[in-house]
Amino acid sequence: MQRAVHDRGGWPTDAAIDRSEHELADWELRTDALLGALAKHDLMNVDQLRRGIESMPPEDYERASYYERWLFSIEARLAEAGVIAPGELDARLAR
Amino acid sequence: MSYRPGQRVRVEAREHQGHHRTPAYLKGRTGTVERVHAAFRNPETRAYGSDGLPAQPLYLVAFAQRDVWPDYGGHADDRLFVDVFEHWLQEAQ
Amino acid sequence: MSDHDHDHDHAPIADGDEPPAAARVRALEALLVEKGVISHEDVREGIDWLVSRTPADGARVVARAWLDPDYRERLLADGRAAARELGIDPGPAPVLVAVENTERVHHMVVCTLCSCYPRGLLGPPPDWYKSLPYRSRAVSDPRGVLAEFGTTLDDDVELRVLDSTADIRYLVIPRRPEGTDDLTEDELAALVTRDAMIGVVAPAAPAAVGA
Repeated sequence: MQRAVHDRGGWPTDAAIDRSEHELADWELRTDALLGALAKHDLMNVDQLRRGIESMPPEDYERASYYERWLFSIEARLAEAGVIAPGELDARLAR
Repeated sequence: MSYRPGQRVRVEAREHQGHHRTPAYLKGRTGTVERVHAAFRNPETRAYGSDGLPAQPLYLVAFAQRDVWPDYGGHADDRLFVDVFEHWLQEAQ
Repeated sequence: MSDHDHDHDHAPIADGDEPPAAARVRALEALLVEKGVISHEDVREGIDWLVSRTPADGARVVARAWLDPDYRERLLADGRAAARELGIDPGPAPVLVAVENTERVHHMVVCTLCSCYPRGLLGPPPDWYKSLPYRSRAVSDPRGVLAEFGTTLDDDVELRVLDSTADIRYLVIPRRPEGTDDLTEDELAALVTRDAMIGVVAPAAPAAVGA
């Protein structure tokens, strides 16, 4: 059965489980809360979040951190909804 | 709700392009209904902007680990419990 | 920003240790607020809720269930209602199901597809719970995973792994440790760790607390 990159149950791996933990950084809390804010305004739901994450190129998915995946999905959704124009966020960052 | 606790059910072994919540490792496997949950909005359509209605019945289905993994190395009566939507289930023997 | 409101008491404006995503999400939030799509308060509320959630809430639920058989029944029947009884906000997930470990059955929870987790009772999940190796091996090699956490089950114990694939969130009620008959509810709660409520370890033994 074909499987997508997020579908990890039983995925062959010898990797040990890294049990180190980190307190969520401000930007991670902010990303999490941003989804909630968008949901409150009916712009994005958790299923759309997951769908967006699942659409990441596989190498990017595996390399990205947890909230980097969320941000990818949020940006994709906002572009899909026409809320943010292509390149608009990059232009703002370059200011 | 079509299925009852104790009933044998098989998870459909079909591809599904796009968002869905039936894990690949489970497709084609047969288990037993453990619990009947309520009906929930369908994530497969909610993921694309729909309201997800009509709500789909959801079941907690139990699988013997040795029925899921050919090389399962744990105990013979270890089990795996997964929430599966009715539209992914068929009656099994 | 001219007003140093509480939105900015955590993050520096630029930090060499941060990934590019950090500046990106701050800029995105500002952009969305400027467009009138969301408010800063919306984001603040979300952050406040998230940082207010801790495993101490789940531990209270478990300790109460250990002490009060009627509460235990109510918890097993409706986890959200039982949490609210203790003044705990279970969060947005529609259904919370508590599963009880016994002499013969041990439960362990995973979300192989993403990271579904009872955040309302346990706070944010640890990195390892969201990691690819845990998501992979918790279903196919759960006893190996338990061994990595230092947990061995007795020979006659059935291991049940729950994969949270839908809107149900699962909370493990671990077994009450031996030698705890004289403990208060608070003392019992102190034994119940986050990892015990995920199901990868047993609760702490009473002698270990306060050592």
